[in-house]
This record gives sequence, structure tokens and C-alpha cells, in this order.
Amino acid sequence: MTSLAASASAERPAAEVDVYEEKALGFWIYLMSDAIIFALLFATYVVMAPNHADGPTGKTLFSLGRTFGETMLLLCSSITFGFASVAIRLGKQRLALAWLAVTFVLGAGFVALEIGEFTGMYEQGAGPQRSGFLSAFFTLVGTHGLHVSTGLIWILILSLQVLAKGLTEPVTSRLFRLGLFWHFLDIVWIGIFSIVYLPGVL
Amino acid sequence: MQSSDRFEGLQPYITGFVLALVLTVIPFGLVAAGLLLPFATLVIIAILAVVQVVVHLRYFLHVGQSTPRENLLTLAFAALLIFIMIGGSLWIMLDLNARMMS
Repeated sequence: MTSLAASASAERPAAEVDVYEEKALGFWIYLMSDAIIFALLFATYVVMAPNHADGPTGKTLFSLGRTFGETMLLLCSSITFGFASVAIRLGKQRLALAWLAVTFVLGAGFVALEIGEFTGMYEQGAGPQRSGFLSAFFTLVGTHGLHVSTGLIWILILSLQVLAKGLTEPVTSRLFRLGLFWHFLDIVWIGIFSIVYLPGVL
Repeated sequence: MQSSDRFEGLQPYITGFVLALVLTVIPFGLVAAGLLLPFATLVIIAILAVVQVVVHLRYFLHVGQSTPRENLLTLAFAALLIFIMIGGSLWIMLDLNARMMS
């Protein structure tokens, strides 16, 4: 937020700058509390993971290729959002919108792969009700997927705001917080493929 | 969080992306190849995951020297809580497991 503060302090009153700084800190605290929610879901998953109840295990359910594809889509969407942030910073509105659109498409691809995975598992009789392992799996990975879906709606709304209002200071500060959220989700995904998928396939 | 006074442009994102790519391909490659013992593979996956989280924080979220102090404090506090909750849960549950077996 300090960058906004730096550019804003010249022409804007200090009180208004403080508002953006406070919002950034508030949003950061939200992200940290969200990280704690995910940490608890991870802990639950690790405790529940051996409880297959003679049902299907990660070895038969997880696909290394699909997980790698999902990982790449999220990682690429993270860097394209970074490109959008740089474009926003430089005040290039059309470029920013284009990168936001690419980010949206990559994120949507991730959600589509995940929905395909979940429905495939459900059809094999490996739904969340099958075993403790699968309950914990769907809760953890599903919560992350829900976050990404929320992020997609958020990208859409802010892109419309950019179209309607241009890169004004409130819109820029909202985009900055969306960026924090989006990069944060990629960090959670590192935990998911390192704790759920890779050990599951191993 | 945001690199404040000096604007670094695309550079941090590209550095972060390349590092993250390497740190992702290695664990997936190890699991796909299956060359090492499962335990050794798990240890490498865990170490690389922690490194990659740091890379993301540094290059994508721009956590660094210009990050406001309050943000660093909340980050450190969250990390402490996560450590206590994950470490504590696993400790208790694994200990319980071992006692039930004997």
C-alpha cells in the first residue's frame, strides 16, 4: 500500500491515504486468519489420511498428470496477475484488463479440472461419505476450490469496475487486495499438492 | 507487502515464476520417476514446499524489508499459530495412535 501512499500523498490529504493503508492491513489480517483455517484443514487431513475404511486410496484416485496440470495453471495465473499488477501500476488500463482476462481463463481452467476430478471420483463411489480420508480430502481441496471460484467472480467484478470507472485510486487499491488474495491461494495450493497429492500417489 | 518506494517492475515476478517452476517440477519428477525411497522423497517434497512458500511470499506477495511492521508481525503470529496447531494436532494424534496399538 505504501506505493499508493507515495503517489497519493502529493495530491491527496493524509487521512485518505491512511484509509487505503488500513484496508490493506485489514485484508492482510483476513488472509492470515484464512491461512489458519487452511492449516487446521491440513492437520485434519493428515490425521484422517490413513483411514480408508477399505475404500479407494489416493494411489488409485489421484492422477499425477492432472495435479501437475492444475499446479501449472495456478502458477501461470499467479504470474499473469503479477503482469496485470505491473500494468495497473504503470496506468496501462487495456493491458491490465488483458492480463486480468488471461488470469481469469487460467483460473477457470483450474476450477474446470478440479470439478472434473471431483465428479470422476464421485462416479467411482469415492464421494466424501465413503471414508474419513475422503471426507477430509473433499473438505480441504473443496474449500480451496471454493476460494479460487470466489476469486474468479472477484476478478470479473473488478474488471467491470475498471471498464466503468477506469484505474481510479479506489479501484486500484481493490485490485491490489485481490492480487494478495490470488497469490495467497497459490501458496495454499503448494501445501495441497505437497501434502495431499504427491504423498497420496507415492 | 508491496515494494514501496522503488518499483521493480516485472523482474520479481519472472524470478519468482522460474524458481517456483523448478521447485514444482523437482517433486513431481521425483514422484513420477520413483527413484528414491518413499521416506526420502517425502522429506524432499516437504523441504521444497517450504522453500517454495518463501519464494511466493518474497516475489509474488513482496514480503520484504519495505513491508510494514504490523504486516510482518501478523504474518509471524499466524506462522506461530499454524506451527502450534499442526504440530500439536499431529503430536497428540500420533502419540494416541501409538498408545492404542500397544
